[in-house]
Amino acid sequence: MNKILITIDGKGYLVESDKTVLEVARENKIFIPTLCNLQGIKPQGSCRICTCMIDGRMMTACTTPVSNNMIVITKTEELDKLRSNIVELLFAEGNHFCPSCERSGNCELQALAYLYKIMVPEFDYIFPNRNVDATHPKIILDHNRCILCKRCIRRKKEAENPTWFVFKNRGDKVQINFDHELTADFDDEMAQKAMDTCPVGAIIRKEKGYDVPMGKRKYDKHPINCDCIKCKE
Amino acid sequence: MSKPIVATTSLAGCFGCHMSLLDIDERILDLIELVEFNKSPIDDIKTFTKYCDIGIIEGGCCNSENVHVLQEFRKNCKTLVVLGECAIMGGLPALRNNAAPISECLEEAYLNCVSVQANDEKIIPNDEELPMILDRVYPCHEIVKIDYFLPGCPPTADLIWNALVALVTGNEMELPYEVLKYD
Repeated sequence: MNKILITIDGKGYLVESDKTVLEVARENKIFIPTLCNLQGIKPQGSCRICTCMIDGRMMTACTTPVSNNMIVITKTEELDKLRSNIVELLFAEGNHFCPSCERSGNCELQALAYLYKIMVPEFDYIFPNRNVDATHPKIILDHNRCILCKRCIRRKKEAENPTWFVFKNRGDKVQINFDHELTADFDDEMAQKAMDTCPVGAIIRKEKGYDVPMGKRKYDKHPINCDCIKCKE
Repeated sequence: MSKPIVATTSLAGCFGCHMSLLDIDERILDLIELVEFNKSPIDDIKTFTKYCDIGIIEGGCCNSENVHVLQEFRKNCKTLVVLGECAIMGGLPALRNNAAPISECLEEAYLNCVSVQANDEKIIPNDEELPMILDRVYPCHEIVKIDYFLPGCPPTADLIWNALVALVTGNEMELPYEVLKYD
């Protein structure tokens, strides 16, 4: 494989030429925040959280392939402001009631908000009218919390399994939905997998929740960019 | 120099944020040295007796009385700080915002709910002495200008303490990672 040279935050790296900027950063333990990206599935670049300065332009790190002599800056005041604004917009757009959410303390959106120390969104809350679908025997879809990252949909498509989750409707009415027939034989393990795919609390396993006490949850003590040994496992 | 004056109130909240304020433990003795309390459930002063420096609000606005109290606080306080998710985004009371129109909520609460007993005349409380319920629960900053926001349900005692110390001393607030939580 061809090795090429790229510079990330002033430091040179010799990397394989078929990688994306995000993959290279992850390999070298450089933190770039992500939300719609899930390791192992094709990046989509829809949430824009991973935006970096790449050769002087703002580009998403998850979808930009590396090229020779590329210069990447992962953290500036302007980038952090942009990222925190994206998180604020997501909070203002949905109905994110953290205190009553099963995923609180283990939620990537919340962890990013903690990282950027967001006290309150700069934007007005929309309070959209969305429902909760609890018809399935094993999982609950809470559309109030969904950030439409498509991780649940993309994961299934790429594993060559039938697509369990789909988007329905268009524009601001778009929602995730699932096939009741195909998911009828869901066991607990599959339900857990579906829940883990979701970065927020939109897909929740039934009869399970709040089982980790406060203070011991994933992001209670350690931020999402923590590089201690426990967090890197 | 005279001590800064603090007023507190709970609107559509559960008093959990006030409990969290008491969770500062022995630092409450320092707090009494640092500030003087005016209108507050802590000292049971019901109406403002003087202009205050810091107003602390818990809970959002779900009825006309909440709006009135909040506007009084804005008039009588130099700096307004809101505590907790309810004040910032409505919190649990705001779950009704998109669940159903207010008429349906009241019917469910007073007529149709399985736990309703002895309401044969089918009365929904509507006395003019009662505060009027608003069409939805409003976050405080949609009613008046708010200066500072402290999230959490409740905000940790350290967050409240750090914010009060910063406000009283005029220094920048300390904000370690474990202190800022949304639940």
